[in-house]
Amino acid sequence: MRVPDLTLPPLFASVVSRLPATPPNLALVTLLNQLLKRGVLPADMSLLAGRHFAVDVLDAGLRLRFGADDNGFVLDDGHAEPDLRFAANASDLARMMLREEDPDTLFFNRKLTIEGDTELGLIVKNLLDSVDWSETPLARFMAA
Amino acid sequence: MSTLPELVCPAGSLPALKTAIDHGADAVYMGLKNETNARNFAGLNFDEKSAAAGIRYAHDKGRKVLMAINTFAQGVDISRWQRAVDQAADLGVDAVILADIGLMDYACRRHPRLRLHMSVQGSATNYEAVNLARERFGVVRAVLPRVLTVDQVRHVIEHTDVEIEVFGFGSLCVMVEGRCLLSSYATGESPNTHGVCSPAKFVRWEQEGAATASRLNGILIDRYGAGEAAGYPTLCKGRFDVEGDTYYALEEPTSLNVLEVLPSLLEIGVAAIKVEGRQRSPAYVAQVTQTLRAALDEAARNPQRFSVKPAWQAALAKVAEGQQQTLGAYSRPWK
Repeated sequence: MRVPDLTLPPLFASVVSRLPATPPNLALVTLLNQLLKRGVLPADMSLLAGRHFAVDVLDAGLRLRFGADDNGFVLDDGHAEPDLRFAANASDLARMMLREEDPDTLFFNRKLTIEGDTELGLIVKNLLDSVDWSETPLARFMAA
Repeated sequence: MSTLPELVCPAGSLPALKTAIDHGADAVYMGLKNETNARNFAGLNFDEKSAAAGIRYAHDKGRKVLMAINTFAQGVDISRWQRAVDQAADLGVDAVILADIGLMDYACRRHPRLRLHMSVQGSATNYEAVNLARERFGVVRAVLPRVLTVDQVRHVIEHTDVEIEVFGFGSLCVMVEGRCLLSSYATGESPNTHGVCSPAKFVRWEQEGAATASRLNGILIDRYGAGEAAGYPTLCKGRFDVEGDTYYALEEPTSLNVLEVLPSLLEIGVAAIKVEGRQRSPAYVAQVTQTLRAALDEAARNPQRFSVKPAWQAALAKVAEGQQQTLGAYSRPWK
């Protein structure tokens, strides 16, 4: 399965950006905590605690915000300036998550923006890379 | 025709290791989570548990695992480097890749049966250096810095029994491996001492309108316009104002790609071909490993009529730093 090379139409973004932000943020935080609880996400929370994260899905107009404490991921009031911000279009973020494309490649090609604390960025990137999806039912979606 | 060189691929994490093995690597190389290796990046590399799991995975499939302990033991306490060698031996790696001759001495005395590879950071560019490392420490393989032409690599191979490993693909630096102190001008830390060219804590990426600026400890390294390919934020790849002219004063961001000279490398008898990139993700490891596997197999089957397939070049071009590739020092027809 390859992620198609498409950009979402502007109408999509203009609709999504007007929807309340809490449901997608809650979904993401819940998913991350599930992965953490099941040992799929081998995160050292002491490295992430107290930090604020932003993932902007540019063409979807989706601005995901969340934080972390010593026990896991938490909803963020959205007022704090994120310590780390990733921004890309939906298809490129999907390629990165499904390991079709390496984040450095996307970054070299200017399809992925990383801003903020670079060391925190590396921790997060390397955390995603170290997830062994082969141990989970999601393995069949992974490209590599 | 000698036997096919080993394809040695990078593993910054357990999934990358498995990916390399699954896509045709004969060996993988890894490092521990500390400054004993030259990719000491936050969150990268292996602890005891993941290293053991990786070694088991590779050995079950008949492949090898090499442990890079290739920075130079620093200061008053070199026990961390010695402990890394002990750990590697206890874990049952197939070889350790060392740069520091003090550490080679320790390894060959303490673990006489552990295979020693001389890292590219050891900076041995001639057969005298390689043979000395064998005589003194029993080094069985040396990784040559990316400064030699194919003819010069041949010259080394003809005058030593030590196996010779060369780079096949990956990000290029200014290519004086093991001797570079450039980044310490900006940060006080260099690859030899801290295992990283541009420590992340000193790096800042900033959006300036459509442009992205990279700064290393406050020093502007480069500013990439919209759509302009970016590179790693290292001093050697920056654009600097030199007497009113702004350009890549040292080197452009670029990647080495040896596909075109692969039959020559096979013919002169290199023992192994290495892929750079432990800092890269499993997706990169998959793409590069399967491409080089296909090219090596094709070169072995048909050395006379070997030609580089456009699909291989396209696959490698996509993941290259700076999106351009070079034969580097391998091809210098004028010598």
